[in-house]
Amino acid sequence: MSILVGEDTRAICQGMTGSQGSFHTQQCLEYGTRVVAGVTPGRGGEEHLSLPIYDTMKEAVDATGAEVSMVFAPAAFAGDAILEAAAAGVGLVVCITEGVPVLDMVKVKAVLAETGCRLIGPNCPGIITPGACKLGIMPGFIHRPGSVGIISRSGTLTYEAVWQTTNAGLGQSTCIGIGGDPIRGLNFIDCLALFEADPGTQGIILVGEIGGGDEEAAAEFIHDHVSKPVVAYIAGVTAPPGKRMGHAGAIISAGSGTAQAKFDALERAGVTTVRSPAMLGAAIAEALD
Amino acid sequence: MNLHEYQSKALFAEFGIPVPRGRAAATPGEAADAARALGGDRWVVKAQVHAGGRGKAGGVKLANSVEETAALAEAMLGTRLVTRQSGHAGLPVDTVYVEAASSIQRELYMSALVDRARERVIVMASAAGGMDIEEVAASTPEKILTVAIHPAAGVAPWQCRQLGFGLGLEKGQVRELEHIIGKLVTLFHRCDATLVEVNPLIVDGDGHVIALDVKIDIEDSALFRQRRYEDWRDEGQEDPSERDAREHGLNYVSLDGNIACMVNGAGLAMATMDIIKLHGGEPANFLDVGGGATAERVAHAFRIILGNSNVEAILVNIFGGIVRCDLIAEGILTAVKDIGVTVPVVVRLEGTNVRKGRQMLAESGLDVVPSSDLRSAAEKVVGLARGQDS
Repeated sequence: MSILVGEDTRAICQGMTGSQGSFHTQQCLEYGTRVVAGVTPGRGGEEHLSLPIYDTMKEAVDATGAEVSMVFAPAAFAGDAILEAAAAGVGLVVCITEGVPVLDMVKVKAVLAETGCRLIGPNCPGIITPGACKLGIMPGFIHRPGSVGIISRSGTLTYEAVWQTTNAGLGQSTCIGIGGDPIRGLNFIDCLALFEADPGTQGIILVGEIGGGDEEAAAEFIHDHVSKPVVAYIAGVTAPPGKRMGHAGAIISAGSGTAQAKFDALERAGVTTVRSPAMLGAAIAEALD
Repeated sequence: MNLHEYQSKALFAEFGIPVPRGRAAATPGEAADAARALGGDRWVVKAQVHAGGRGKAGGVKLANSVEETAALAEAMLGTRLVTRQSGHAGLPVDTVYVEAASSIQRELYMSALVDRARERVIVMASAAGGMDIEEVAASTPEKILTVAIHPAAGVAPWQCRQLGFGLGLEKGQVRELEHIIGKLVTLFHRCDATLVEVNPLIVDGDGHVIALDVKIDIEDSALFRQRRYEDWRDEGQEDPSERDAREHGLNYVSLDGNIACMVNGAGLAMATMDIIKLHGGEPANFLDVGGGATAERVAHAFRIILGNSNVEAILVNIFGGIVRCDLIAEGILTAVKDIGVTVPVVVRLEGTNVRKGRQMLAESGLDVVPSSDLRSAAEKVVGLARGQDS
């Protein structure tokens, strides 16, 4: 079992003819993901990676019945691509694009709230249900079907957690990179609720980082609504205040959003925390033992 | 990207928000000319640096004559101003802003920013102007008034009245504030700002509402459609290593420790700093070489790292997903040979083509310590940095 995507998921890639879109769609196809079409305005009627290209999402969805879109459109156009996908009726948009202006996301979120469409990202590695569906840029081979659900604001740090759970023999039900931007689609709480309801997920790893208050909100939610064991790690204990640490959202501002405050909130909520990112696998293995 | 006060005020004037009359000056002579051109008999000379707390640090001074204006400018220009926000080394004063002095009845605070939790642009106001808003927020949060702007509806007149009457302004002043907030929110959106802060917003001697000090940050991610501000960038206010890194597609933040790190991915880069600290070391920097790291990028990253003379050991931590470990190994070996890295380098590689990458390092004959997992890599690099200490 898994959440959001599985072996039946059919996906369209927006921006598939670009270099990133091409490369990663190819990787997704090789992993076994059912990518069924691409959308690039002005390239409709062409074929790319042996898949049909459409000018608009509406045409692509009408023709294929796909229910998910993966966005590689450049940052200037990504917000528009997300809204086009939602208007075409897909249930989930996975936006990989980095550097989407935050005011575009303010608009996107306001419009999405009026639809039933879910968004993952932007600025994220995507989502994978091991052995079934990979929609994103994560290396497929480090994953293995299993019982741990992983939610993370980071990319390579997620791979770290994945690799450790694979080596521990646990594997993953689904892994979601929710993205490093200050305003994004699905948040920790949304994913926690989905994993809690998923019979295939036995334990959850939450990887947060400095900036904002989403980990604190997650702590409260876990305390009230999550019965499965959760192991959490927060990156950025050593990050200086006021400095943006790579991700647009990773900044301690006005004394709030520190790693310590997030660790404290999670520990108060009864979540097992690890201070070393190398301990994630061992900690979740122990919690599930 | 931060703008200077004089740039921010030029934008305010352009958008029709009242600010005192002023002129930027790069020499004492220009400062004197500015004072003469502005007229009146009292001027304020303000050091232009990208840090708050200028007043307490001696970066804002009142002049009672043209000669005094020039003298104050001369004393400030060419120095470095150290404020509570500038860091120990301070920031260079290459420009001063000469402004006609204002009479002040009341000092208020106003700002616009993106609220992450609400996912909206918000406008905040407080009657405690001129103070550090973070202190107000911590000690008396009830004194901060906030309205959230709906992205489609825009700022509503009632929201402005709520702030204006909440600040204790008179009816006519509330109308002026409504005008100011409307323009300020327009500016915020048109310029892709992440912060517009007016501190203080004053009621002047004649009872008018005026922006006395202004700070604007433009979102870096939006610069592709805000090209005008690229020309406004003052590189003198930036850390040279951080600027060099940015120009090479790297993300670098310098820190106070002695163990440098080079990592792919921002989250893993922070985690690498943390694990160094956890094992008793002190990280010298944050450095994300990015998802598309190439051999050249890795080599340049080494140059930046080694530009910090405190560095006594380096930890390279790469989880190869898209990036292939053998390419990274090649980059490391090239850099170690070409640049002449003299401090110990611990390398932890994992992921795509890891076996080949590790083999290349092992067979290189260079002083590179391989490590297969994160924990032992951290232990090794901390030990090596200590060894150099003693």
